[in-house]
Amino acid sequence: MIENPLLRHGLLVLAVMYLAWSLGSLEIDWGRTAQGADRAGRIFSRMFPPDFSRWSLLLKGVTESVEMALAASFIGMILAIPLGLCAASNIAPKPVYLVARGILVLTRTFHEVIIAILFVKIFGFGPLAGVLTLVVASISFIGKMLAEDIENMGNRQMEAIRATGASFPKVLIYGVMPQILPRYLGVSIYRLDANIRHSTVVGIVGAGGIGQTLSASFSRYDYDFSLAILLTIIGLVFLGEFFSNWVRGRLR
Amino acid sequence: MLKIEALSKSYTAGIPALDNVSFEVAEPQVVAIIGPSGAGKSTLIRCINRLVEPSSGSAILNGENVTTLNSAGLRKARRRMGMIFQEYNLVERLTVMENVLSGRLGYVSFWRAWRRNYPAEDISHAFNLLERVGLTGFQDQRADALSGGQRQRVGIARALMQKPDLLLVDEPTASLDPKTSRQVMRILVELAHELNTPTLLNIHDVPLAKSFADRVLGMQDGKLIFDGTPDELTEDALTFIYGEEDWSPEATAGSPEPEEGISSPEKATAV
Repeated sequence: MIENPLLRHGLLVLAVMYLAWSLGSLEIDWGRTAQGADRAGRIFSRMFPPDFSRWSLLLKGVTESVEMALAASFIGMILAIPLGLCAASNIAPKPVYLVARGILVLTRTFHEVIIAILFVKIFGFGPLAGVLTLVVASISFIGKMLAEDIENMGNRQMEAIRATGASFPKVLIYGVMPQILPRYLGVSIYRLDANIRHSTVVGIVGAGGIGQTLSASFSRYDYDFSLAILLTIIGLVFLGEFFSNWVRGRLR
Repeated sequence: MLKIEALSKSYTAGIPALDNVSFEVAEPQVVAIIGPSGAGKSTLIRCINRLVEPSSGSAILNGENVTTLNSAGLRKARRRMGMIFQEYNLVERLTVMENVLSGRLGYVSFWRAWRRNYPAEDISHAFNLLERVGLTGFQDQRADALSGGQRQRVGIARALMQKPDLLLVDEPTASLDPKTSRQVMRILVELAHELNTPTLLNIHDVPLAKSFADRVLGMQDGKLIFDGTPDELTEDALTFIYGEEDWSPEATAGSPEPEEGISSPEKATAV
């Protein structure tokens, strides 16, 4: 990779030295680590057997999470279209392209959890903040994929439609849409699956859904209920993944 | 019908891809444009419907200067110019019928185009054209299921669907085998003559050009350097356009290249 042997070995030595220094500066307290292992054992033992008796609370959380994911995916899917079109260099004018790319970079800079914290501060606890968080993440994800697909598609089909005298919207529906539609739907379904997973995470910071139920159970030391929630989340994510794969398989 | 005046195009400043080209097509004839790769044939054709924006000069179709039109005017002008492409450029995921009907996109409204709700006369015209190009019964097949020759015939039908005043054809046979090439050329030229549509046709296959065109233009380094009938396209003329080579059909394929600088120093550089 690096031609010069002196530089190559020098960099390696520097990297190892930095790693050693940073491990030393972290002040890892081995005593506390040992205590943690002890506490983990107690928590896990109190988790069993999982407590499904408050299933109505569980069901309410799961339903809310799924609804959040569905709404966010749908809104994100729609709003990603204009953003994706504007962020494709081969069809958007340069200034529009730069602004759209800027929005994509900005929204992808922050993790969902950070956006969720911000929205919880603005809109208060509950699913609205969660849905908005997932909408932002979905627009940015689907929009970026869409823009890249448009840039990578063949320009020849578009050229032929332009040559017929078709206006720009008609060039989009004949020259662009048929080429990218299957991938767009696939990406959107994938995003639905991802949103189900993320909806459990954003709940932990108070943005609604099963995550919020989980967070509450932990703070009340109801570890057996926590395990029931975790098992439910695993089942939910598993189902989401299965559904997403099934749909995408059929799209090909 | 079509008048090209001093048309020029430079992709990079100072290096003209198309250099001051002027000619006129005054009657509905099939005009083949030949010349070595990079001579500017494709640029010339694309400068006429402004898929490539010319740097200077004008292209006048039936009295209207296409080069100065605004975008709405240009779209109207493009409706009157059918184009056929080397790689067919069909919308691959759409059916043959949708591809042929896309030739009417300049005329139907957005919602009709979106709902594939074309006027009945367009649909019957499309069926007629499919029959003419020998694709009866193929209307519901997806374009990417067709062979190269079939795709190019769909391309011809799409261009003619526009009822064009001019056909722009860019290397229609370069991706096809020799037999299919002749079939496609025969259909194209037959229809162009029948519909009295003047046709500009880029083609690198000289024998095809000679057997199907009414007139031949020769290009080299962006300039128009030959304009004549197929009969006038003698071996000397070919040498003038392409550079030194033994053009006789009897010449063996493996005959040695004539040495540059001995036979014709000024033309050898043109290759």
